[in-house]
Amino acid sequence: MNLEKKIPTRNGFGDEIVALGKENKNILVVDADIGKSCKTGEFRKQLPEQYLNVGIAEQNCAGVAAGLATCGKIPFVVTYAAFGSMRMCEMIRQEICYTHLNVKIACSHGGVTPANDGASHQAIEDMGILRTIPNMTVVMPADYASARKLVRAAAEFDGPVYLRFTRDAVPVIYDEDEDFTIGKAKLLREGKDVAILANGDTVRLALQAAELLAAKGLHARVYDFHTIKPLDEAAVQSCIEEIGRIVTVEDHNILNGLGSAVCELVAEAGKGRVKRIGIQDQFGQSAPYERLLAMNGVTAENIAAEAEKLCKA
Amino acid sequence: MKENLSIVELQNTCVDLKKHVIDMIWKAQSGHPGGSLSVAEFMTACYFRYMNLDPQNPRWEDRDRFVLSKGHVCPAQYAALAMKGFFPLEVLDTLRKEGSPLQGHPSMTKCPGIDISTGSLGQGLACAAGMALAGKLDGRDYRVFCAVGDGECNEGEIWEACGTAYKYKLDNLIVFVDWNNLQLDGTCEEIMPPIDLAKKFEAFGFEVYRCDGNDMAELVAVMDQALAAKNGLPKCIVGKTVKGKGVSYMENQVGWHGVAPNDEQYKQAMDELDRQYVK
Repeated sequence: MNLEKKIPTRNGFGDEIVALGKENKNILVVDADIGKSCKTGEFRKQLPEQYLNVGIAEQNCAGVAAGLATCGKIPFVVTYAAFGSMRMCEMIRQEICYTHLNVKIACSHGGVTPANDGASHQAIEDMGILRTIPNMTVVMPADYASARKLVRAAAEFDGPVYLRFTRDAVPVIYDEDEDFTIGKAKLLREGKDVAILANGDTVRLALQAAELLAAKGLHARVYDFHTIKPLDEAAVQSCIEEIGRIVTVEDHNILNGLGSAVCELVAEAGKGRVKRIGIQDQFGQSAPYERLLAMNGVTAENIAAEAEKLCKA
Repeated sequence: MKENLSIVELQNTCVDLKKHVIDMIWKAQSGHPGGSLSVAEFMTACYFRYMNLDPQNPRWEDRDRFVLSKGHVCPAQYAALAMKGFFPLEVLDTLRKEGSPLQGHPSMTKCPGIDISTGSLGQGLACAAGMALAGKLDGRDYRVFCAVGDGECNEGEIWEACGTAYKYKLDNLIVFVDWNNLQLDGTCEEIMPPIDLAKKFEAFGFEVYRCDGNDMAELVAVMDQALAAKNGLPKCIVGKTVKGKGVSYMENQVGWHGVAPNDEQYKQAMDELDRQYVK
């Protein structure tokens, strides 16, 4: 992990969608007047015939994308996570998921990353909401490199995918040639004492926490769960069977996101313990991004402390 | 692949379609007869005069599309699809039954000939605009027909979709507003005054035509005009209609929105419709 090199994952989307659009003219961007902020500016400039902007009308945006998809197009609906999951939620359910259409909902400003915009723009519920809709796949890449790879994987995937990116810059974790498969968690560090399962912008914190634990002689296994649906159940099972102590970390409400998904499997297995770290079921406020995470205990130090507690329990 | 029926033939085909509607809702003892009957003339005109279709190849890329935004009146569309040969007429008897392709609201993954699933009101027009837009992007000359309810125009998404239709010059999109003036809980005026739907669509950039939506000759006259006008403007036909049209005891009765006829009512409806064939 290169802590010096930080890039918002929305930039990974913006760069990869241009490459994809050039390769396949059926790939379209459907913006809702926040394209600049979601990094579709280059696509608009370089591929104007594949670029649509339907204005500040998210519900219609989802419907138009569905109609385009019935005609063989692969539309990427682009907006902020709060609006792409909630303002257009029922349209996604009715016209995109029930119909199993090839529409991608690509959202910037995931979690608390739209920090100083305040609670209206911070999306802490989105992945959980979309996880409960049949036929939907839910993905949040951890860094710029994996964002590019997972945007490409989503374009090649037949069916609806919700992609969530950060507004803020996060460290680059992966090399450019790293491969990613939707639904397959990435093992980042091997360890036998505790498992830390994270996704999105918290993967970097999980890795830092593993370093802190190592200094105390505790070895953490770290996974990047970039896909929370379908969840990599085999990876979770291996953590239950081989370690039995799991910490989940996410920039999302502790209700219904990665932590909940993991708890469902642990409860069904009837063994293992889980500590969920994430947004504490409370709205945020205008504040620096790292402060908002800290207010909810989403820090490397707290992850390490909770992991240590589990190890000693 | 396209039929060009005369007005009289269309009128008689429409009676056939309405009889199927009553028959299937009676057999299912569930469904929405009122709106299915008010939209029947438009449905008949689309499927039996205008739409270029191949029932053997329901996903044919160059076909004309039909979006039933007011999805609850799908018995009318199911009847049209069966009469066109998309599936056998006997399938109509399975409406709303377990395992049937004829869901209570249309499903594109279950029923051949359904171009998009609908049922949650206000969403179909946006999908229709997307289809029309894809046609423009690909240089195909198919048309997209979309039936919208008057009550459904309470939904904001309808008006959002109008913006897309105007901006992208979707003159291949033909919207029919089924203005029967009744919604589920009462009259339109009582529930949410529609003001003038024609003026509203005009203000949103559509080329608007007004007609008696249950008068086949009038309807066909305006549809001929609307389809001929390749002027970059999306088209809207505001049809004043009667909910339950053709079955006396259902006409203009808010109670017949989503209720099935009993045996006696069924017989009366079929008798009345039988008398409506034009010689």
